[in-house]
Amino acid sequence: MLVPNLHQATLLAGEIARAVNPGQFIILRVEEDGERIPLTVSDWDREKGMISLVYLNVGKTTQKLADLTAGAALPSVVGPLGNAMEIDSFGNVLCVGGCYGIASIYPIARALKEKGNKVTVVIEARSSYLLYWQERLKTVADRLVVITRDGSQGLRGHIGNLGKIIAGLPSPVNRIIINGCNYLMMRGTQESQPLNIKTMVSLNTLMIDGTGMCGLCRVTVGSSTKFACVDGPHFDGHEVNWEELAQRRKAYLNEESQPFRSSEAQ
Amino acid sequence: MPETAPKKIDLRRRDMPKQEPEIRRHNFSEVALGYTPELAVEEARRCLQCKKPFCVSNCPVDVNIPEFILAIARGDFANGARLLKEKNALPAVCGRVCPQEEQCEKNCSLVKRGGQIAIGRLERFLGDWEAAQPPSALQGSQAALPRLPASTGKKVAIVGGGPAGLTAAADLVKYGHAVVIFEALHKMGGVLSYGIPEFRLPKKIVDGEINYLRRLGVEMRVDFVVGKLRTIDSLLEEYDAVFVGTGAGLPWFMEMPGNNLNGVYSANEYLTRVNLMKAYLYPQTITPVKTHQRVAVLGGGNVAMDCARTALRLGAEATIVYRRSRAELPARLEEVENAEEEGVNFKFLTLPVRAIADEHFHVQGLECLRMELGEMDASGRRSPVPVPGSEYYLPFDCVIHAIGNSPNPLIPATTPGLAIGKGGNVVVNSDSNKTSKERVWAGGDIATGAATVILAMGAGRKAASSIHQYLLNPTPW
Repeated sequence: MLVPNLHQATLLAGEIARAVNPGQFIILRVEEDGERIPLTVSDWDREKGMISLVYLNVGKTTQKLADLTAGAALPSVVGPLGNAMEIDSFGNVLCVGGCYGIASIYPIARALKEKGNKVTVVIEARSSYLLYWQERLKTVADRLVVITRDGSQGLRGHIGNLGKIIAGLPSPVNRIIINGCNYLMMRGTQESQPLNIKTMVSLNTLMIDGTGMCGLCRVTVGSSTKFACVDGPHFDGHEVNWEELAQRRKAYLNEESQPFRSSEAQ
Repeated sequence: MPETAPKKIDLRRRDMPKQEPEIRRHNFSEVALGYTPELAVEEARRCLQCKKPFCVSNCPVDVNIPEFILAIARGDFANGARLLKEKNALPAVCGRVCPQEEQCEKNCSLVKRGGQIAIGRLERFLGDWEAAQPPSALQGSQAALPRLPASTGKKVAIVGGGPAGLTAAADLVKYGHAVVIFEALHKMGGVLSYGIPEFRLPKKIVDGEINYLRRLGVEMRVDFVVGKLRTIDSLLEEYDAVFVGTGAGLPWFMEMPGNNLNGVYSANEYLTRVNLMKAYLYPQTITPVKTHQRVAVLGGGNVAMDCARTALRLGAEATIVYRRSRAELPARLEEVENAEEEGVNFKFLTLPVRAIADEHFHVQGLECLRMELGEMDASGRRSPVPVPGSEYYLPFDCVIHAIGNSPNPLIPATTPGLAIGKGGNVVVNSDSNKTSKERVWAGGDIATGAATVILAMGAGRKAASSIHQYLLNPTPW
């Protein structure tokens, strides 16, 4: 466990480690007949063949994953899936991360930095004890801005302060990338919309196969329906129908949280 | 009448025992129970052993049908299984899901004499019979593995572990090439595993056929997405040839508002949850499927029947909503009849135009239009025409779109030099299944758009033969 309810798993998956690019995800199963869950790849070592995943413990499968001990084997890890985040010379880029997005924004920031961008990383949490990977992020960020709800570290506030943070930066922002829960991404894009700064988000949808086959991950972007797994997961946040995304995300909420409400859950 | 009078031979086609509709609509066990050995022999004895067998010429994979039927008639099931498997690597599957009535059985000489010989049922019988034999019983007999030729030293990569890829793999390994299948899902079989339900094609049958290929020496890598983990170009550096059989995996939705409401599924999602992820065993398995009350299935093909019959078994009332009439249903008649017997409702001449939400973003019903049949269209069927002002409402808490799939775009999008057709399909030469890209072949739904298991198998066979010729004697592309 990295911080309460956020866990890190490091897997030996040589082929994936060599093929993965920033913003891609994998799908894994923890046991035979288990469900398939998508998790973003947050870091990798191509030479050692390792990939790192940071995930929120929200249900039966993530709990089982968190319960595994070092050396355990997973029946399935498939990927890399989805498209890589667009990395180019944008100029000044703001990378925003919350929750597991603090980890998944890291390889994106790293690639942007390598491409010669000025990278400002903004991370947000309720309180300082929920922050992690700050040292790692500092190695790739020109500037690291921390926001906590309770003010225990950095600025007191939340993602709704993004507009103010941008206004306080010495030079104009050319692009924003936000990773985290859908609420964080939605609020962030609401902040950047009036500023007319292109804002990319990495959507979290329900998925089964992750290869375009089932269509469970449908999202409305602009006027068309897209599949987050093969068309995304990165979209222009100003075009995403956030209300629909939030509703679709809840489709199986009852079943997902069932293990935590039953007596067998520890 | 003296007791010694010979019993008159019953010339009628033998029925296959089935679970009663009232029982089977509540379980996921197989509907059709298969011939007993006695029934199989009786049925096989009806075969006339035609000199010019129409059955063989109508079979996409050229199974020598009269020969295996003769073996059954003589009670030599092991030999029958061997003869069958010479041409068909997946007999227990094909015996169940092939549209025999349009192929091998269609022009049978017995059609007007008691009914066409039940080739599919006999094929299934042999496949199942062999699978039920303990390995020791097959050791040394002809039904054990065929003798493989010496290795050619050539390596072929097969992309996609469905019917096309499995058939190509079986043929190529029998030609002496090394074969590796790359499958994106965690289970081999493609549509046989994720799509066709347990009650029509038990997964242990599929697993059995796939294990046979493994025993033949085919290497299988699951959880491997070609186009993502490695490209076709990267495979071509390591392999002498690549066959692409990635299927029609991109689901279509009817164009109407409300498709993204909760409770609206593609057939792929609904069937994948239940079959591949075994949601019918939930909560023993982890992936759930909602227990809906009133399920609408949009479409009239075999997949639509599968969805409706699955929904019934999960405890729902299921209705097929189809814009034409019963006569135009593209599903096999046998599947339509099974669905009717089990109590699936049919709303014919009905076109959904809008899915309507409740206050929780969940579908609560469909607004529909009544249709009339008009002129013949390009498909030779009378085209449905909406009746103006006929809008009406049907309540449903689940809507499943079962109107077809496009070819999966992963390979087309990541393979430079691969010619792609208008429908997103990989363009192939119809004789050889060669693509525009050197050393790459393709076949099955990725080339044709959604079709049948056996046509995909036929394409896999054709490609394997062309690959074999090319590997022995490479000619300019």
